[in-house]
Amino acid sequence: MSLGLLAQGGVQIRDRSETSCIAENGFCPAWIIENFDRYLEPLAQHVFLTVVSVVAGFAIAFGLALLAHQRRWLIGPITSATGILYTLPSLALFFLLLPITGRGSLTAVIALTAYTLQIIFRNVVRGLENVPPDAIDAGRGMGFTDRGLLWRVELPLALPEIVAGVRIAATTTVGLATLAVFAGAGGLGSEIVTGSNITFRTGIVAAGGIAVLLAFSLDVALLLVQRLLSPWRRAVVT
Amino acid sequence: MIFIDAIDFIFNTREAQTGGVEVGGLEQALAFTWAHVQLSAVAMLVACLFAVPLGLWLGHLGRGELVAVSMSNIGRAVPSLALIAFFAAYIGVGFTNVTIALVLLAIPPILTNAYVGVRQVDREAIDAARGMGLTAFQIVRRIELPLALPTIFGGIRISAVNVVATATIAPLAGVLTLGDYILSANVYGDAGRLAGALMVAALAVAVELGFAWLQRAMTPRGLRPEASG
Repeated sequence: MSLGLLAQGGVQIRDRSETSCIAENGFCPAWIIENFDRYLEPLAQHVFLTVVSVVAGFAIAFGLALLAHQRRWLIGPITSATGILYTLPSLALFFLLLPITGRGSLTAVIALTAYTLQIIFRNVVRGLENVPPDAIDAGRGMGFTDRGLLWRVELPLALPEIVAGVRIAATTTVGLATLAVFAGAGGLGSEIVTGSNITFRTGIVAAGGIAVLLAFSLDVALLLVQRLLSPWRRAVVT
Repeated sequence: MIFIDAIDFIFNTREAQTGGVEVGGLEQALAFTWAHVQLSAVAMLVACLFAVPLGLWLGHLGRGELVAVSMSNIGRAVPSLALIAFFAAYIGVGFTNVTIALVLLAIPPILTNAYVGVRQVDREAIDAARGMGLTAFQIVRRIELPLALPTIFGGIRISAVNVVATATIAPLAGVLTLGDYILSANVYGDAGRLAGALMVAALAVAVELGFAWLQRAMTPRGLRPEASG
């Protein structure tokens, strides 16, 4: 919007240099700072798409993993099924879903959720498999039921691998959510692709940079969650 | 039903939405598929030639763990759309530039897996090889490489699927792949777009299955699960 105002002329000297920078399609950091507010809504949409997809993906994959933990024969079929969902390119999945769910966030969230299942499922299963048998024996000796054993011994010990899976899923989803613009769900991709053009240099760096920062922020946030959920680890750190 | 219309689009030509030219049909579908495969294959080949030897070498020396491992974390955080857009807007459109962008996208998983694969090789196997008088090069070539191959192919498989998926947005940077059906719906129509989505999905699944088979075939006979049991 301020680009439009500037283009009409009659502006201060500082703004004129910015106008020419944008007009020549250079890389203009000053313009990004000046226009930062235009990225807030796409950023909010991007966070929404990512968080909803990862939370939904975690809920589904975690449930499937607990089921497969009890019925081992399910691991193979679930791995294959989530593997196919993981393989389908998001952009293709958006448009395969489009005739059914229409344009918008729902389509994007379903496709992004489908993508996270494999990563989270595999890590939860592997984490539970890697729990030392001695710890399970000790738990039984203390009188835990199967259910108590799962929630009080096995899952806490599997936590690092579970969180590692969620971190990979979250970082990947931030990247893929830039494609949500093609599904009509907005996000930072809408500042990279304008119409069907990718020519606005400053916008590409700004939106891409914000996406990378978002990925790292979510990664750090998940690490903090892991620390909060495992106080016994903090206690033994020397 | 739009899905049937989409299948029809793949096999029979029709007039474009914009009028005038004929679009769709098997000939065009095959041409786009070939362009898609060609772009992905060239990018994968270059990425492998660079990342596999580097990963093997770093893994053999046990150096550069931070770089080799954190590379795939950083790679994941950079949106592929932003990468393609960056290359197109700053360096220019065209086959070479898109290929370079895809190579950069493909390198991190291959490098990380090659590194990790070599590091996972049993130290005793390497000590035994050294005791038998093998040179460093022979150890890499005959012990570490074969034992790391399944892991290396795991990395190549991840990258290949990712590259095929990302090649879908190559038309934005001037390389016409199957993605053109999806991105230029104003020309091809809804049926064309759905046909594109179906073909891209089928291609990605085919690549995944092909590499899964290759990964199994590359596992030394003695290491296959059924052979050891």
